Amino acid sequence: MEKRAFFRSRWLPYALVAPQLAITIIFFFWPAGQALYQSVLIQDAFGANVEFVGLENFRVLFNDPGYLASFRVTAVFSVLVAGFALGIALFLAVFADRLLRGAATIKTLLIWPYAVAPAIAGVLWLFMFNPTLGVVAHWLNRAGVHWDFLLNGRQALSLLVMAAVWKQISYNFVFFLAGLQAIPKSLIEAAAIDGAGPWRRFWSIVFPLLSPTTFFLLVVNIVYAFFDTFAIVDAVTQGGPGQETSILVYKVYHDGFKALDFGGSAAQSVILMTIVIALTVLQFRFIERKVNY
Amino acid sequence: MFRKTFAKSATAAVLALGATGALAQTEVQWWHSMPGALGDWVNGLAGGFNGSQQQCKVTPTYKGAYDVSMTAAIAAFRAGNAPHILQVFEVGTATMMGSKGAIVPVGEVMDKAGYKFDPKVYVPAVTGYYTAPNGQMMSYPLNSSTTVFYYNKDAFRKAGLDPNKPPKTWPEVALAAAKLKASGEKCPFTTSWQSWTQLESFSTWHNTEFATKNNGFGGTSSRLAFDTPLHVRHIENLANMAKQGLFVYKGRGNAGDAPFYSGECIMSTASSSAYGNIKKNAKFEFGMSTLPYYPDVAGAPQNTVIGGASLWVMSGKKPNEYKCVADFFNYLSRPEIQAKSHQETGYLPITMAAYDLTRKSGFYDKNPGTDVPVQQMIVKTTDKSRGIRLGNFVQIRTINDEEMENIWSGKKTVQQALADMIKRGNEQLERFEKTSK
Repeated sequence: MEKRAFFRSRWLPYALVAPQLAITIIFFFWPAGQALYQSVLIQDAFGANVEFVGLENFRVLFNDPGYLASFRVTAVFSVLVAGFALGIALFLAVFADRLLRGAATIKTLLIWPYAVAPAIAGVLWLFMFNPTLGVVAHWLNRAGVHWDFLLNGRQALSLLVMAAVWKQISYNFVFFLAGLQAIPKSLIEAAAIDGAGPWRRFWSIVFPLLSPTTFFLLVVNIVYAFFDTFAIVDAVTQGGPGQETSILVYKVYHDGFKALDFGGSAAQSVILMTIVIALTVLQFRFIERKVNY
Repeated sequence: MFRKTFAKSATAAVLALGATGALAQTEVQWWHSMPGALGDWVNGLAGGFNGSQQQCKVTPTYKGAYDVSMTAAIAAFRAGNAPHILQVFEVGTATMMGSKGAIVPVGEVMDKAGYKFDPKVYVPAVTGYYTAPNGQMMSYPLNSSTTVFYYNKDAFRKAGLDPNKPPKTWPEVALAAAKLKASGEKCPFTTSWQSWTQLESFSTWHNTEFATKNNGFGGTSSRLAFDTPLHVRHIENLANMAKQGLFVYKGRGNAGDAPFYSGECIMSTASSSAYGNIKKNAKFEFGMSTLPYYPDVAGAPQNTVIGGASLWVMSGKKPNEYKCVADFFNYLSRPEIQAKSHQETGYLPITMAAYDLTRKSGFYDKNPGTDVPVQQMIVKTTDKSRGIRLGNFVQIRTINDEEMENIWSGKKTVQQALADMIKRGNEQLERFEKTSK
């Protein structure tokens, strides 16, 4: 059953989508085009000396073992962030949906972290886990864990994942909760009458009906992990120890905005853009088939 | 846009009030990166200058940390509205020098305004850093610092060490660290700015090249050279100290400062500009001493290398505006202004007169240790010790941070890590050489 609107005028539909198109072109296509253009140039910081170098910037990147290693770090980081952020948010949403008392308060509290800027989120977690000052670091050391994320790559990555997940759970929670509330109670009650337990009801009815939301959030979370997390990395580890937490987007930020290597940074952002486009296409092609709208 | 309109309406308001000289006043924009108390100092300098004459008005604006304000200035330059004066950190020096169309050498600005610029009155290691091979001064050294050694006198006493005899050499540092550890200290030694203190300043202090071609002063074909036996020996020494818990790594940048003034770490190599912060926060008696060295190295100690920032004059402005910039720099160079800045901020004096004035006023006697950075710098520099001027220095420092972390964590041997630093750093230098042709 499809709903369609028909326009008699030729130009009206175009006029109606024009604002959206304008925004998309100005804020998405134009910068992306600029990145593509800059990625084939090398230039000094002030742009006085610009030289066309073809694919030189890309060649340099793919000959750098550190850059190749950062693909692996990014993959691990993104899977962990998206996985935990979705899992924990769904868990919280399912229980918040069943709350009878204090629901409004608890829901509001769960949504709060979304209002925190990524850099601030990073600093908050940094304080808790700072090897010298941090409360949590103190507990960990007392429990016999040698906590030193400045030199331990696994600990550094875990800390970043925690901060990034914490920040994203709220967003996911709101969508999951809305999705859950849209599921007709009658279906769940009918299943309950037929003798299905809570576990069975969740997996056979709730989860499939929630799949459009889950799919949407999966795409959003992957994009978040790939693009929006550089501020957290900058605040907490700056890519260290070594290059063990230097995810792709952080290197784009570092080389472009701190080191002023615009060509190299643009080439990296083109690569990153290609990866995210490919991942999104793959998700739509293969995962969306399992989604019931 | 906003600033221009604001300036216009401000001028209009002044005119309406009937103030004198407002009509002819030339405005000079100065972007800086000095927060908090240092920001007050910068505003004080501009205010002092503005009050001293009628023709020019310098307006300082805080534009964020060094890297942020530099990025902002580059964007502004590309859009055609750069400030007149931009404060740039020392690692950005080669980048600024390479941007030929974007800047005007300070020497030229001073010449055109009719000021005689006598390089001899300046502290050589400070001005040498900002001078082109042809002897022309490229930027004005506003705030220069260098690497020094801090130690906690109270903890020294507790460990049975003489608080008035700080370790002068690296072997003595290791011995002191062992004694401190035996007295129950968890962090005997740490460092801030590990690339600057342990590789860059370490090299000039031992009169050894950090990079070829006089550390980059001889041109952009310079390549990194800090894999000598001396460098390997020093970093290996630190790695061994790390293994024994005598050296504790506290992070990149100035992350080592806080553990020192909180009392957790007892000795630290850091910037001389950390003095103010340490003095404000330390709840113990502390001392400042010269950077440690290896006594068996011929020519050591030479001089340490500078950090901090300098003021660059941007291109494309009007002649009367450049005249004002020159007047302002001339004002800043006055011995009494220099001496006051030096005493107020802990940054190095840039003229010998300012140093003499401060010494005669008894400031160094009242604040023991504050002359250490000056003493380290006023010697005659050599080609190997004048300074380090490399392109893509920000990346090189990051690479050094990364690889040194790999040493402290035991992931790489010292030789391996130093070789990787040089290989990766040289790729950056090659890239820079291409863009600055």
